This record gives sequence, C-alpha cells and structure tokens, in this order.
Amino acid sequence: MAKITIEFRVNGTPHQVQAFPMERLLDVLREKVGLTGTKEGCGEGECGACSVLVDGELVNSCLVPVLQAAGCDVLTIEGLASNGNLHRLQEAFALAGGAQCGICTPGMILASCQLLDRFPQPTDEQIREGLAGNLCRCTGYQKIFDAVRQASQA
Amino acid sequence: MFSTVGRPVPRKEGREKVTGESKYVDDLCFPGMLHGATVRSPVPRGRIRNIEFPAGLPWNEFTIVMAKDIPGDNCVPLIVDDQPYLASEYVNHPEEPVVLLAHPAKYLVEKARNTVRLDIEPLPAIFSIEDSLAKKQIIWGDDNVLKSFLVEKGDIDAAFAEAVHIVEGEYRTGAQEQLYIETNGVIATANPEEGITIWGSMQCPFYIHKALLKAFPLAPEKVRVIQMETGGGFGGKEEYPSMLAGHAALLAWKSGRPVKMIYDRAEDMLATTKRHPSRTRIRSAVSRDGKLLGIDIEFIIDGGAYATLSSVVLSRGTIHAAGPYLCPNVRIRSQAVATNAPPHGAFRGFGAPQSIFALERHLNTVARTIHLTPDEFRRRNFLRRGDATATGQVIHESLNLEALLDRALDLAGYHAKVKAFAAGNPKSKIKRGIGFATFMHGAGFTGSGERYLQSVAGVEATPEGRVRILVSSTEIGQGTNTMLSQIAAEALGIDYDDVEIQRPDTSQVPNSGPTVASRTCMVVGKLVESAAIGLKQTLVKAGLLLEKYSRPQFAGACARYIAQFGPLKSYSQYQAPPGIYWDDDAYRGDAYGAFAWAVYVAEVAVDTTTFEISVNDFVALQEVGRVIHPVLAAGQIEGGVAQGIGYAIFEKVVWQNGRMVNGQMTNYIMPTSVDVPSIRVYFEETPYEYGPLGAKGIGELPIDGPAPAVLNAIENALGLAVNEIPLLPEMLMEEAGVG
Ligand code: FES
Ligand code: FES
Repeated sequence: MAKITIEFRVNGTPHQVQAFPMERLLDVLREKVGLTGTKEGCGEGECGACSVLVDGELVNSCLVPVLQAAGCDVLTIEGLASNGNLHRLQEAFALAGGAQCGICTPGMILASCQLLDRFPQPTDEQIREGLAGNLCRCTGYQKIFDAVRQASQA
Repeated sequence: MFSTVGRPVPRKEGREKVTGESKYVDDLCFPGMLHGATVRSPVPRGRIRNIEFPAGLPWNEFTIVMAKDIPGDNCVPLIVDDQPYLASEYVNHPEEPVVLLAHPAKYLVEKARNTVRLDIEPLPAIFSIEDSLAKKQIIWGDDNVLKSFLVEKGDIDAAFAEAVHIVEGEYRTGAQEQLYIETNGVIATANPEEGITIWGSMQCPFYIHKALLKAFPLAPEKVRVIQMETGGGFGGKEEYPSMLAGHAALLAWKSGRPVKMIYDRAEDMLATTKRHPSRTRIRSAVSRDGKLLGIDIEFIIDGGAYATLSSVVLSRGTIHAAGPYLCPNVRIRSQAVATNAPPHGAFRGFGAPQSIFALERHLNTVARTIHLTPDEFRRRNFLRRGDATATGQVIHESLNLEALLDRALDLAGYHAKVKAFAAGNPKSKIKRGIGFATFMHGAGFTGSGERYLQSVAGVEATPEGRVRILVSSTEIGQGTNTMLSQIAAEALGIDYDDVEIQRPDTSQVPNSGPTVASRTCMVVGKLVESAAIGLKQTLVKAGLLLEKYSRPQFAGACARYIAQFGPLKSYSQYQAPPGIYWDDDAYRGDAYGAFAWAVYVAEVAVDTTTFEISVNDFVALQEVGRVIHPVLAAGQIEGGVAQGIGYAIFEKVVWQNGRMVNGQMTNYIMPTSVDVPSIRVYFEETPYEYGPLGAKGIGELPIDGPAPAVLNAIENALGLAVNEIPLLPEMLMEEAGVG
C-alpha cells in the first residue's frame, strides 16, 4: 500500500501529511503532527486516553484510520486553551484534583468537553454516563465529577 | 496555624497535565532511535534448545541481544539474585524474556518478534499454591519456598484449650493487575565511553541505577536514570522497570543507538507483575464473653517463578494479618511459594489487602457464630493505647478505634440501614446489604527497612530565594511534588510558589529511597522538613538571617550566602524515631514507625436474577495524622477505594498454565465512572510526633478495606458468606446455588 496525502485541520491549523490510509489517527497526531498530548492507553478502544474530537464528535483516535479524518476538524488537548488561558474544564481539572498521574486527563477533558456541549448543566447521572468510555485508574472518578460540575457552573 | 499545609494549593505539575504539555516517555523521540521488542517464552517451563531466525526478514538490519551478549551479570538484582534479564538455558514462566530485538521501523520489530522461533523442550510445571506446597515439582530452591515467617505471641495451644468457641475458615484472593493507564516504557542510550542514560516511567530511579550496574561494567557515575512524567504506578513500576531498562540498555549498548521500548497493553498485562494471589486459613479461639483468646493464621502467597519482592510482600501481609485487635495468643505462619507464573510483585497494599481481607471476613463469621453483631464483636477486641500488636509493638499514640467505628457507622447510617434492609429484602428481588471493615496500615518500610535504607533528601536555595527540593522520590500521580513542596515551604516559612522540585535524575538528586510503602510523605517528607530547617539554620548561624524574616530578607540572605560560600544546600539523612526497634532475627518488635487506622463501610445491592452486584454508597473514614493537602489526600483515598472495589467484584485475572489469557482491557474489567459509588471520605487528624508536621502515610491504606467491606455487605444482603475474591456475578450465582 502506498502513502497518500491527507489534509485536515488540527486545532484550527491546516495540516498536510503523508500517511498510509489505515494509519491510526493517534499515531499521525503524535508522530506526524507532533502533538503528543493525545495518549495511548490500550490501543483497542477501551480506555479513552486517545480521545479527540473530530468535527465535534468524541472518537478514540486509536481506532480511527487517518483517512477518515481527511477534510475534518480535529480538536486535541493542545487546542483547548486559547492565548495561554486555560479552558474552564482545564482550570477545573487542575484545581479540583481531576488530574493525578495525568495520563487519562487529555482524553477525559475532551470527553467532558463534549459532555458539556450536550448538557451544559449535567446531572450526576449524565456526567457518569458521559465519561463511561474514559478510564481513570488514579482518581476513582470522584474529583473528575467535581471538576466537571465546577466547570459547568463557571 | 499553617500557611500552606492543610490547604488545597494547586498541584505543582497540574497545568502541564491539563494542557497536554507533560512529557511521558513515549512522547520523547531521539534522532536515529531504534524501537525495541522482547521475544518471550511461549511455555511455562522448559529448556531452551535452539533459537531460530527464519528466513524472510532482513535480520542483518536488526540488533539482536541474547543472554550471552550481556557484558556483566545476567541478573536483575533485588533481594535474592535469582532472576535473569534474559533466560539462557531454562525458562521458568510464560512470557519470560529470551531475545531482544531492535530496528528503526516499529512495524518490522513487531513482525520480527512474532517470527523468531524459540525451540523449547517443555518441562513439567506447577501453577497453584497447593501444587507448590505439595512439591509436585520442585521449581525453586529445595522446597519451592521463597520465604517464610513465624510470628508467635503468648501460648496458642493454651488459648484453644480454654476456648468456648472455635471458628475456622479459608479465604482466597486472586491476582490483580495494576492497570496504570500508561504502560511500562523506557528509552536508553548506552556506550562504554559515555555510559548509560535511561529516561522512563518509573517509581524507583535508584533501583534501576543499581540494576544497570549489575549488567554493565560501569562506574556508578556513568549510569544516569531520569524519571519522566509517569502515568500511574501502584507498585507496578517499582521493580519491573529495572528489567525493562536493562533490556533497552542492552539493545542500545549493542547498536550504539538510542532505543525505545514501550510495552503495548497486552505485553504489559501478560509479562509484568501483578498482586500476589493468596490463601489464608484462620482458626480462632473465643471466650464466652466474645473476647479473642487466640488467632492461628496460615498465610500463603503465590510468588510466581522468581523471588523478586515476595519476601517483603509476605512480611507486610504477615504483620497486618492479625489486624487492629488485641489478642493475647497469636501464631502466624506464612510462606511465599513459587509457581511457574510470571513473578508477582509490588502492588499498592503489598500483601496487606490479602491478609486483611481474610481476617475481616473471618471476624464476621466469628461474630455470627457467637451471636454478636459484627460491630459489637470488634468493639470488644480493639487495640487500645498501651496494647501490643501481634509482633509486640506497643501502641503509644492515642488510639480510639471504638470512636472511629461509631463515627463511620453513623456517617453511613449503618444501624438504620441494617434494619431497613432486613425488613425490605424478603419482599424484593434486589437484596441490599451493608458491611464494614476495620483495619490499619503501617507507613514506611517494614521492620528494619528504613534503618537499612538510610535515605537522604536535600534542599537547595537560589540567590533569588527560591528553594528546590532534591529527592529521588517520584511523582506518579499521588502528589509527591506538591506535598513535599508544601512541607518545605512550611518549614522555611516561605511561599509555596517559591518552592520547586528537581525532576528525579540520579545525577542530580540524593537517594531518598524508592517511592513505595506509603513512605514518601511520612519518611521522605520528614527528611525534606529537616533539610529545610537545616538550610534556614545555616543562614541564621552565618549571621545572614534572623529567626523571623520576610521574603526579601530570605532571598537577600540566600544571595549573600551563595556569593560568599558557594552553593547553598542542605541534606538530611534518616534516623529512626526514638523507641522504634525491630529485631530481624526474632521477627518481633516495632514493625512500622506509625500506622494509619480506618473503618470503611460499603453498601451494596445484589440483583437476585442476574446476580449483578452494585456498590451504592461508600464511607471511608481514617486517621492518618496531619492531612498535608486535603484534595490530594481525598483523591488518594477515592482512587484506592475504586481500585479496591475492582479487586473485590470486577477484576479477574484468568490463568491458563501460568499465563494470563484475558490480557486486554476489553476482558479484564476495571471500574468505570458508572461502576463506582459516591465515595465519601473523612479524615481524623491526630498529629504524629515524628511525621512532617504530624503526617503519616496514606497511599496504600485505601486498598485494604474495600474488598472485605463489600463482601461483608454481600453477606448482609444475601445471608451468604463468600470468602473468595474477585467475586463476579457468575461465581456469586454458583455460591447461591442458582447457577
Ligand atoms: S488507546 Fe484508544 S481507547 Fe485506549
Ligand atoms: S489520573 Fe491517572 S489514570 Fe486518571
């Protein structure tokens, strides 16, 4: 199989990469675009550490062939703060103890982003359901729930 | 009264973690870097006949390392030097490393790993505690016993002669995978001239340092180990990274290129350590009025194929086996035995969750047998100040377990719920129950461990009056950076923001010991506090600073000192608190500098159609000395409780001939956000005299209580005493006689 040229926008910036069509979006982001904030925890769609938003939809970038992202808008953790100002979710995760080891945090924050898009004032149930695809081994999730609640009130 | 301690100051590295800027080892990439992989044994035990490299791959492009290529000793040093970096003649467990490969193209390394053929003549193997004890095969030493201990207090036989009630039971716990979300990984550069540098995900940089010196003929200063941001450890990155760093260094040494080795999830789950499976038999003698007269415990753990840390895991488990109870006559006989599974290793709790599970389940059975409630029976037997534990450690701190129990039960609404569930359950398909566990966890190394370690911590000041902490203690999510900075700031009377922490790098920091055993706050924190006080005294003695000072005065004093005398550093070395002594030979004495004490209460619901278990409420009350950071401390407890609930009812390692067969997150299930209850955390703070600002350790405590509390709650719900974890619905169904 030959490499092809794929164009997409990452955090608002247009990118053109040479990649095999079936290369994982995760690897392309980390190795070709140079954004290492997106993490790999399992490589099989279970942990959500690799979560990014593609055209506003939360996906596991370890399962998405880069071809599918062609022409799309990809948002990674690096695109969330603007001009050095943290997004309210980043602020809340940092203050409320939502990040311990931090490896799940980028994915968890992007999942929370989509959650607050859907439910600006989420109930506890909605928070739990909304984050069920993102595993965290450190926090027991409680401080992550707190962070999402705080951000929704900010 | 404190300016920084006890306040929720922002986590030191928090900003980088929420922006994605933090660098974990897999985020690094060096020019000319190769990717490494490990060829592992497909069989549990056997003799290596041949290693073949079938045609079809450009083998000359690969760097290939086998046991014979190791320049120094082929042994990962730990306690007993029995584990090789690479098997040379015999393999002793599935997934044992045999060959290392490296190539610039990741996909080719992967392909090559699956292509190398290991021709191994199988030998008979053993996979259970029973078979190991029965010596079905001798696979380690003369008798398969990696280590044994005996604790004796009083006269156990006399206690049973006198007993009105005798209760016996057997309790089992399964393996558990640490399941840090970042898998193990390192990068190595290595050559004879410049030596070796390791960047990696780890808990103990100096363990790796020591391990590399064994495999390579290098002077200590030629080996440098740097910890990258680490995505969780839980013990799983205590000893294993020494093996992995050795592998990467061997490939780098031979190729002359940087080598990156990052395990994928399956390799991490199959090949690296897990929590030791255990079997505990308890026999207890009880008086007419419900007092424990004697406890006779046999505690056995499965250590896997090599000794690694089993002896110290066994030790902690043994010492915690009799719990926070006063019993005049105790016998604990414990053994770690070998099987042909990958070595089991460090995991938060370190033996204690296993023996505490057994005892806390057992005591419920005793209470039921003698017609006392679980809380009343425990109340009659709690340790009090002035009492001695099973190893003869007299409790000098003020300790009131009855009050702790009452408060926890109150917070959980325990008594009302016991009544309500008893009334409601007969009419419902959903049976609800509530249960608790009472336990303790010793902080710091067991026994003489801290005395042998002689850890050192330092602080260094800049001319601007900023202070940098120098320790090898790692931040692995638990809050080391923040908590130690708070302690230093408090000791020096300066701003938290004026304290920073040096990234652990063996060329820059003293050896403050490994990041394990709930010791970082209590032991290393105390050293940081002393070093900080030493720095201040240096300035005062030099006549540069008064006892009371402002920020500019402190900065001015630092600047003048540095101009006059050079670098301003202060170090402090461990000294045992007065009156703490452990006798290694007799295996008696003060096992820990201090214990944290806790009562955890779990509420469950069991659907009697599907036998699905849900934990609906959880109260975690503990006495941990001074809480340095309320949010981080609560976060430690919550994370430990969730992991403990996983241990109890979700996480099952399925074994087949010593090999984990469900090594994926799809079929090894850890709790998700919908599985955890609301975890309500409460602290009692009785300052500990010899801890930094009164703090003790908390990291491991929360993994000890959930499993027995949950199983006790299930017993309350169903009237069914299950004594084995993990307890999955299909097993509960079987226990209930429905399946
Ligand atoms: S790495 Fe993609 S879901 Fe785990
Ligand atoms: S913070 Fe470590 S996995 Fe979530």
